Amino acid sequence: MAASTMSTYRLRLVTALGMLLAAAGASPVAAQMPTYGVGRAPTAEEVKDWDLTIPPDGRGLPPGSGTAALGKPIFAERCASCHGDKGEDPKYRLLAGRPRPLTAAHVSESVDWVLGGQPLLTIGSYWQYATTLWSYIRRSQPFDAPGSLTADQVYAVTAYLLHVNGIIGEQDVLDARSLPQIRMPNRDGFVPDARPDVGKAAKARPRSPEKAQ
Amino acid sequence: MNPVPAPEPSSPKVARRRFLKGGVALGAALAAGAAQSAVGQPASDDPSRVVGSPMLPYGNRSRFEEGLRQKGPPQLPDEWGGNFTPLDETLGIITPSALHYEVCRGGVPEIDPRKHRLLIHGMVDRPLILTMDEIKRLPSTSRILFLECSGNSRSEWRAPQAAPSVQFTHGCTSCSEWTGVALSLLLREAGAHKGATWIVAEGGDATGNERSIPMAKAMDDVLVAYGQNGEAPRPGNGYPLRLIVPGWEGNVNVKWLRRIKVVDKPYMTRMESPDHTSLMPDGKARQFMFVMEAKSVITFPSGGQRLPGPGFHEIRGLAWSGRGLVRRVEVSKDAGKTWQNAKLQEPVLRFAHTRFRLDWRWDGRPVILQSRCIDETGYVQPTLAELAKVRGLNSVYHNNAIQSWKVAADGSVHNVHI
Repeated sequence: MAASTMSTYRLRLVTALGMLLAAAGASPVAAQMPTYGVGRAPTAEEVKDWDLTIPPDGRGLPPGSGTAALGKPIFAERCASCHGDKGEDPKYRLLAGRPRPLTAAHVSESVDWVLGGQPLLTIGSYWQYATTLWSYIRRSQPFDAPGSLTADQVYAVTAYLLHVNGIIGEQDVLDARSLPQIRMPNRDGFVPDARPDVGKAAKARPRSPEKAQ
Repeated sequence: MNPVPAPEPSSPKVARRRFLKGGVALGAALAAGAAQSAVGQPASDDPSRVVGSPMLPYGNRSRFEEGLRQKGPPQLPDEWGGNFTPLDETLGIITPSALHYEVCRGGVPEIDPRKHRLLIHGMVDRPLILTMDEIKRLPSTSRILFLECSGNSRSEWRAPQAAPSVQFTHGCTSCSEWTGVALSLLLREAGAHKGATWIVAEGGDATGNERSIPMAKAMDDVLVAYGQNGEAPRPGNGYPLRLIVPGWEGNVNVKWLRRIKVVDKPYMTRMESPDHTSLMPDGKARQFMFVMEAKSVITFPSGGQRLPGPGFHEIRGLAWSGRGLVRRVEVSKDAGKTWQNAKLQEPVLRFAHTRFRLDWRWDGRPVILQSRCIDETGYVQPTLAELAKVRGLNSVYHNNAIQSWKVAADGSVHNVHI
């Protein structure tokens, strides 16, 4: 409550300041005005329909819930033909299976000159955030009917995949509150780009390239 | 005469679906009819004594030209995977749009440009929704830029998986002239907030590729493109609208762009958290490896080709760098012991393919040919051993190692790991 009062206050203050500056012909506000005036403001509905990407803090997760027990039959019906009953089939995307240390060279056996040998990475061994899984399943899965699962079904399938990866229990309830709180085993397994990492350029590397832009 | 290689969808089911979905425009039907009527008929021995065929509203290449993209891996559905450019068949620096590589994970969507919208929202003063016509009214710009999938050359980390031809070792890079609106213009128009440090770009296809991109790059040189080589982008390359992020990995160049959300942190999407991250020997994975580092490859002679015999041949290839200009390309004809400068085709353009060439007289003895690119930062394209020493062999992406082609005594050319 206090925070919302505060932000309303700040908004009013900023607006008032802005009007003052605009009246005085000050450039900071003028620079904030659209130059071309092309396009229109979207409706709230238009934004809601498309704004489906869920960041790690879970902002934007819809109401609904599910458990692994509820997700199991959905996964069997909608997902298992590609991923195996427990996400263990690497044919399209390995989702679960025997945990393998990331330091060892466990590589897919297929001799494939398109994909090459791939490390066998699972949700449990590699993925950083449960929100990534939820967001992708809702937006893009199942492959043959993307976006067709209800929010409850997405929570349930996500719970099932976390369960077969040994991260949550079969009856643990996933919802907008609990999902972002899940700490994935490999959460801290990622580091920033360290290139250039070979030759003379590696020694002279002062900044990451995107920051040098 | 060789038969015309029809642009064939690989299964009748898929073909039928696309036919029903798309309908057939009159021009396309006429063009297809004209091409088919020529199938199997030998060309005249003296074309100067025969009236030619009617001019077409939308041109086809000669039926004697056979370069085709190839989809891989074959065991995955045709809607998923890479469609590799035949770099051994292309000339100069522009890849024909029809041969530009594609990567899809949910098929090529069919988007009606009259219905397509771009939404810009999030940390902005004025959320905006724009039609294609509105986007095209805005000040435009054109640039010749390469794209490269960060998984390009992923087959080459290990010798047993080494690909047979340059199409599959390096065919996930192409170069086009892209036309569109500066993303910075759109972000200013929407009034992006000062505290906004990232954008999330989203595609409107079945998989909805979503990528977080630092605001500094978004405001620098990113294009929202509706033109490719003088016309709209091909459907597989993002029709009607896509992001073009100069020098950065292909996947962030979001195709079928429908939404840009201005945010203050990366969203850790499917394509930037489990995917497009590179496992290092210590078990940690590098993340947000955006830049495509300097790279080159000899496209002639290259794997699967056969030299007709000793004598003069022009060594030809392509070089590029996601850090800007290609400064120099060196060619070795002794497996990397000695190097000499290749000629670069002018103009050399930042973030574009650069064509290099070197006259060569083959004496008929087995030889290993290599090229390496040196870019404007002084970075020298490394050997695979140099990369592997730092990164191990499990990093999948961003393999920019020097490629070796062995020309055998019989003129056949092979991919070798030395």
